[in-house]
Amino acid sequence: MADTFTIHLKIWRQAGPDEPGRLVDYTLNNVNEHMSFLEMLDVLNEQIVAKGEEEPIEFDYDCREGICGSCNLMINGRAHGPKALTCTCQLHMRNYSEGDTIVVEPFRAQAFPVIKDLVVDRSAFDRIIEAGGYVSVKTGSAPDANSIPIDKSVADTAFDYATCIGCGACVAACPNSSASLFTGAKLSHLNRLPQGEPERKKRTVAMVEQMEEEGFGDCSNFAECEAVCPKGISISAIAEMRRNYMKATFANEA
Amino acid sequence: MKLDSKVPEGPLEQKWSNHLQDIKLVAPNNKRKHDIIVVGTGLAGGSAAASLAELGYNVKSFCIQDSARRAHSIAAQGGINAAKNYPNDGDTIWRLFYDTIKGGDYRSRESNTYRLAEISNEIIDQAVAQGVPFAREYGGLLANRSFGGAQVSRTFYARGQTGQQLLLGAYQAMMRQVHEGNIEMHTRHEMLDLVIVDGKARGIVTRDLVSGEIQRWMADAVVLASGGYGNAFYLSTNAKNSNVTAAWRCHKRGAAFANPCYVQIHPTCIPVSGDYQSKLTLMSESLRNDGRVWVPEKKGDDRHPNDIPDEERYYYLEEKYPAFGNLVPRDVASRNAKIVCDEGMGVGPTGRAVYLDFRDAIEREGRQSISEKYGNLFEMYENITGDNPYEEPMRIFPAVHYTMGGLWVDYNLMSTIPGLFVAGEANFSDHGANRLGASALMQGLSDGYFIIPYTVGNYIADTELGEVDTKHEAFDEAAQNAQGHIDKLLNVQGDKSVIEYHRELGQIMWDKVGISRNEEGLKKAIKEIRSLREDFWQNVRVPGEAANYNKYLEFAGRVADFLELGELMAEDALHRDESAGCHLREEHQSEEGEALRNDEEYSYVAAWEFKDVNGELREQLHKENLEFEFVELKQRSYK
Repeated sequence: MADTFTIHLKIWRQAGPDEPGRLVDYTLNNVNEHMSFLEMLDVLNEQIVAKGEEEPIEFDYDCREGICGSCNLMINGRAHGPKALTCTCQLHMRNYSEGDTIVVEPFRAQAFPVIKDLVVDRSAFDRIIEAGGYVSVKTGSAPDANSIPIDKSVADTAFDYATCIGCGACVAACPNSSASLFTGAKLSHLNRLPQGEPERKKRTVAMVEQMEEEGFGDCSNFAECEAVCPKGISISAIAEMRRNYMKATFANEA
Repeated sequence: MKLDSKVPEGPLEQKWSNHLQDIKLVAPNNKRKHDIIVVGTGLAGGSAAASLAELGYNVKSFCIQDSARRAHSIAAQGGINAAKNYPNDGDTIWRLFYDTIKGGDYRSRESNTYRLAEISNEIIDQAVAQGVPFAREYGGLLANRSFGGAQVSRTFYARGQTGQQLLLGAYQAMMRQVHEGNIEMHTRHEMLDLVIVDGKARGIVTRDLVSGEIQRWMADAVVLASGGYGNAFYLSTNAKNSNVTAAWRCHKRGAAFANPCYVQIHPTCIPVSGDYQSKLTLMSESLRNDGRVWVPEKKGDDRHPNDIPDEERYYYLEEKYPAFGNLVPRDVASRNAKIVCDEGMGVGPTGRAVYLDFRDAIEREGRQSISEKYGNLFEMYENITGDNPYEEPMRIFPAVHYTMGGLWVDYNLMSTIPGLFVAGEANFSDHGANRLGASALMQGLSDGYFIIPYTVGNYIADTELGEVDTKHEAFDEAAQNAQGHIDKLLNVQGDKSVIEYHRELGQIMWDKVGISRNEEGLKKAIKEIRSLREDFWQNVRVPGEAANYNKYLEFAGRVADFLELGELMAEDALHRDESAGCHLREEHQSEEGEALRNDEEYSYVAAWEFKDVNGELREQLHKENLEFEFVELKQRSYK
């Protein structure tokens, strides 16, 4: 049988966007090392519901296998918790031990307003994609897929950037709440491929400007984003984004 | 209720192209006068919304997630099939069609399945043009791999994240249309009812999951792409929010529900570890390309797997199915895993697991090569279990994965309610009784990019659509119905949580409506589900309030629907007194444990019409006979 233990939690509770929030203490016994962090919160919520004194804790989740990008908790001050390359849903309680105190807060950023408790609104990310994060291709008119060969290393690198799940950890970890890693990753994916080339400059300028409009801060090269990214996306995406942006704006070709 | 499949005349190869020529068109300046609702933003819904908007319709798109990019299609790992024959190993559209129809145990419509194979090639072109970074060979051309149930390499993939990359392609195409003003996007909204005016689908009622507000939306056609219902089993590989509500509410408004008992159990999942567990994680089927499945020959052999010599290992798939070996289709692999575990050869703490071993592949190809192919899957496995699959075999067990049943649709993907179209996993149409690997992504995108945009246009051009607004009494009735349901849930104020009911339902479903079924078990399941449902409405506790963000309330509504659907799934499994694909009736199997179909009596689609639910669920069975003009029905054999 797996070991069970007791943990103490301090969890951010906030009734709504305009309500004040605060950390509330909970103690949970019988935590099992195989539980995911979210399953641990499920168990806590079942206890809260059974007591009937307060509402259960709201938090975002969906796939619980580290790919949808829904889950988004600050755990002891770190986005997605202590384990590198891991989403909150894939963080297991074997990373904690008897008597630990864990502080759980929502991702904080001006551009990510709190909806309730640990749930925040990340639709600013959608608006950045909307500004240009696509290749303009009409359904049904595409040429044969093998008509444009792409160097394997180019395709592989594009893929590395394309793996961004849009969770927002990069923003939450950044002292400036910058969305540069998110935006840069999409640009490094699309701008690198021949399919994305024609719109490269237009895309870069539009996305960068939308990012600023949403209230995300500037990048100051802290690299905290890279450190917490569950998909290991490299900050070289940000350098590429800047290079492309400079070229596009100086050349005034956007 | 009349089931008219509207399959076009003519040879199989020409049905779709002929149909496209006959389809009525809507003039560009008229398209913008029409509103189309698309529910769901996965591969089917996202691609449908993007394509319809691109054509010029006003699209209103809805999803329950906080962003369209999070639909559960994102979790599909292995790949997407197409009959491109790039590897030159003899693939053709016919072969892909044939494998699909045979894999589905001849319980799908020939014409739809052929069209799926035909469109497959266009999907790859479309995705590549969008910048989907598929795996490539050193020469710069696209790479392919093989997948369960096929003897050719026709699967295109983007490492182990093909679903993610294809979904992002569709999502980005959608966001482009949002930017153009052609899509009105509503995230965190749940569809709670369908509005029917003069016999046609004319709108939906939703709940804003943040404010709790019940809202009304009018349209000239509704496209439902809300996914499958595997979460009826509680534990499954589906995302936690995947549910049947939108489809079930349409069913209660008159859309026939077809083949609900066809549920695919995926053979390669990480086994259950405890009762707190919220979901099961799938490991891509592609792992079986290089992983060898085995159990210790001796019952209860508790040695470390690496200490068990080859001659004491039972490579049961390779021994029983020499032609396909570890690559047999999913139903065969799942069933055989259950058989060896039932016989006491299962491994791990629960005895409900088998080994998937990469030792030989690593020896043969090197760790580097295996890591390039499956690295992220290996990491995921290690993360969840704490074991390193490079050093010791993975432990896997079957889990509920995909539902082949769904709302009945005709060749145009229209349900029995005019104006209600159903795409992707939410419909029943292309996979029959079993789905082959890498076919779900293909169907979602085929429906969304290449079928729905034409057939919805045909309907609009061909139908008298009167002026309707959201003040119409049908909207009043549907909105009140949705509100009444919510109030009822909040008013029970019992002492048992929603999750407890869901877990109990799941246990009944898994035990009696799972990998294999029998008459006695199914009858028992029906009784148990009824009494669980009655108990739910007397004793469930839903905390919080309606006019607020309230996840428990959302879940309560979905579990209430699963408690009705579960009975229909058991009812359908009981009436189908044969074995077909993923539906194995224990009464009908060969001496070797293979599924025995009864084509004489059961070669039909079972489409159920909702009558009433009052204590028991009352449904009327309608049959769409499946005619096979072009293929000969054969017993499936993978030996």
